[in-house]
Amino acid sequence: MRVATLDSETDFDGWRKAARAFRSAGVRPGEAAFRVGRDDGGLFDELEPQDGGQGAQFPVPRAFVELAQAVILHRSEDRFDLLYRLLWRLEREPDLIRVVSDRDVADAFERAKNVSRASHKMKAFVRFRLAEEEGDEHWISWFEPAHRVLERTAPFFARRFTTMRWSILTPDGQAHWDTRHMTFGPPATRDMAPAEDEIEDFWKTYYASTFNPARLKTKTMQGEMPKRYWANLPEAALIPDLIASAAAREAAMVAAPAPEPNPRLAKTLSRLNRDRAFEEGFTPSSLEELGQAVQACRRCPLWRDATQGVCGQGARPARLMIVGEQPGDQEDLAGKPFVGPAGQVLDAALAEAGIDRDDAFVTNAVRHFKHTPRGKRRIHQTPTTSEITACRWWLDAERSLVKPKVILMLGGTAAQGVMGRKPEVMKARGRAIPLPDATALLTVHPSYLLRLPDREAAAVARERFVADLKMVQRLL
Amino acid sequence: MAQLDLRQKLSVLADAAKYDASCASSGTSKRDSSDSKGLGSTEGMGICHAYTPDGRCVSLLKILLTNFCIYDCAYCINRASSNVPRARFNVQEVVDLTLNFYRRNYIEGLFLSSGIIRSGDYTMEQLVLVAKTLREVHGFRGYIHLKLIPEADPKLVEMAGLYADRLSANIELPRDEALQRLAPQKDVGVIKKAMGQVRLGVEAAKPEKRDRIKPPKFAPAGQSTQLIVGADGAPDTEIIDRSASLYGGYGLRRVYYSAFSPIPDASSSLPLQKPPLMREHRLYQADWLMRFYGFSPPEIGEATVGGMLDLAIDPKLAWALNRREHFPVDVNTASREMLLRVPGLGVKSVDRMISVRRYRTLRLEDIARLCRGIDKVRPFISALDWTPGGLTDAADLRARISPDPAPKQLSLF
Ligand code: SF4
Repeated sequence: MRVATLDSETDFDGWRKAARAFRSAGVRPGEAAFRVGRDDGGLFDELEPQDGGQGAQFPVPRAFVELAQAVILHRSEDRFDLLYRLLWRLEREPDLIRVVSDRDVADAFERAKNVSRASHKMKAFVRFRLAEEEGDEHWISWFEPAHRVLERTAPFFARRFTTMRWSILTPDGQAHWDTRHMTFGPPATRDMAPAEDEIEDFWKTYYASTFNPARLKTKTMQGEMPKRYWANLPEAALIPDLIASAAAREAAMVAAPAPEPNPRLAKTLSRLNRDRAFEEGFTPSSLEELGQAVQACRRCPLWRDATQGVCGQGARPARLMIVGEQPGDQEDLAGKPFVGPAGQVLDAALAEAGIDRDDAFVTNAVRHFKHTPRGKRRIHQTPTTSEITACRWWLDAERSLVKPKVILMLGGTAAQGVMGRKPEVMKARGRAIPLPDATALLTVHPSYLLRLPDREAAAVARERFVADLKMVQRLL
Repeated sequence: MAQLDLRQKLSVLADAAKYDASCASSGTSKRDSSDSKGLGSTEGMGICHAYTPDGRCVSLLKILLTNFCIYDCAYCINRASSNVPRARFNVQEVVDLTLNFYRRNYIEGLFLSSGIIRSGDYTMEQLVLVAKTLREVHGFRGYIHLKLIPEADPKLVEMAGLYADRLSANIELPRDEALQRLAPQKDVGVIKKAMGQVRLGVEAAKPEKRDRIKPPKFAPAGQSTQLIVGADGAPDTEIIDRSASLYGGYGLRRVYYSAFSPIPDASSSLPLQKPPLMREHRLYQADWLMRFYGFSPPEIGEATVGGMLDLAIDPKLAWALNRREHFPVDVNTASREMLLRVPGLGVKSVDRMISVRRYRTLRLEDIARLCRGIDKVRPFISALDWTPGGLTDAADLRARISPDPAPKQLSLF
């Protein structure tokens, strides 16, 4: 048995040096031992590398070094041996660290996980108490980490509490931060930290009040906040009582008679309710009123998953009314028609045809965004005939308020909304269609232009679109 | 600070806030105080500083500014007609409490909500003022979650987004019809509009690749909402549909599900029963399947009976038992998507399997080391030294995997 001596329980550099020497001397895992402390040192020095020292340079994957740095903080006695065994095997199995289903590798990762958990719990369960020293604030904590994670975790507190002078005292050692530098000291004892802090009572009050007795789940609590930490958590002292009284508190809540409703309040409420609901037979006298009323519309199911009903906007009265299909993702959020990509295409084409969008009234055949959710996106869906028919009520109301001379219908849905039937767009487009109150003209929806994959075809289609708009220009 | 009065207020206003399920403090931008100014840090991952006996984590100081409220939502303990004791903090008191708790490492930050007093605008203004004071006067770098008062002026929502890490507006009831009945002054349309505004704000704050000037941060931890489970008649499928619609519509980070629990001084229009905690748990699992496992709402529907998730087994297992034609899955060749469908395999285990199989052909023993329990997994996979044979299609498979025959809803402890 060869024995190497390490400076401390967490002496990674010492272990690395020793392990390298063992490796190059060909010492097998079962024959290498690592001890902490100076007394039985010396044997290590007798080692003679068998391969002329060349092996001392052999490379190990970075992942192994990181893993080893974590594992060494684990409190188990045999962690040095496990790491040496891995190091030994790495020569023949250079990919070993990636084979996380291997027994040794899995074991090492498990210990690294425990260490990382201990570090995480330290970030969570350190409780500082305030000590005044010569008029200076000093925040001191006594903490007992599950593994030797003090030095690894202290920088977290330095980043978080940079402007505070603090110390964390543990049975393994101390960490001190003076607002600029970190220093570490020897093992500490509980009595070196303050025994109380006046804010603790507030914290306990908060802790007790935020617990809902109707939801007792003590196993979950203990899984996340293991008992080993309770001794140093001031609020943990409350737990037994909170648990003991939970059942009675819950029963009291369930048994308590419901209070009499306040009659005045009930009356106000029913009035509010009535005023908000949209009533059949209502005729809006202005576009504002129409915009409000549409929010209460339940004529078809589309309102349910949309954000809001989107009504038209623009000049009023207007000689030109432009009718699209329905609001899209962006329109649904903004509450305005044609603000998304299709709106930009429309704006540019209108400008090219010599029409000022500000002189027109822009609206949609259907007021709510029809879509299906897919992950974090919403996919547009074409409204059905029955939805378009249900929504015509609003378009008709808008038409009678805006009184346009010409109605430009963008796509089949728009035509269905305006005329009550769906002509074939490609055939009927570009021709004046007389209506009782106006002249209609049908063209494609601008989003159709956006969807054409072929560049040339898109350019041609766009030209035709602009030509249709010029036709509108002539009709005005 | 040391008046008894303030402790009583804290007790009332923490008690009043505890029915809000959201408390996470994760997913925000990274920042700290190592420039020697201010106080605090966030490192992406939130930290739970304590757990109450209900198993819920305490990460933030979660309180109401006041529990006075002009609204009368039946499910809410703070509704106007309830007889609970009332209290109100002033802005400075909340700021002091937050800083005092933060310095002692009790919390990651503040989650501030409020009953509606005077008007939506006034209330929102007060909430924003707390956040502003913490950030601008005290250089607070910790986490701030503000509750949106949906009917407040959009300008106030915008300000809230500049100071807060996360914003949330609670939908509360999955069924709009029920919201109208139980919370007559609340308008789901107004809530959605506010959420839509937050989504636009968050998107506007994402710098385009070519932009040289960084737009100011806006609610970097995004937004969330809460659905109360079991107060209206909505079945699980309807709740999941609603969540899918909210995730897609507003880019929510989280939808929280909160089993409706009896509240002191409850309204007579509500069920008085133990909170359906197991149902809540299954909904979280189903939500998880949607967000991380590629399940669509209709597929979640395939794991339900009559629209309700099975209380005895988790939704992924329920789905697999109903769709056995997809199994067994060969762990050495299957795609990541298919491996994610195997009951008992999590995202981590699957990713590890995929990386290991580049170096080794997986045996059952390897899989056992990479997942939590092999019993649930075994019938649904094949490996180098394992095929389930008729096990996958066995009529009693469900009983073999989950031997507990009589699922009980109520008690979890
Ligand atoms: S789409 Fe039209 S008809 Fe359907 S709910 Fe909305 S406004 Fe009413």
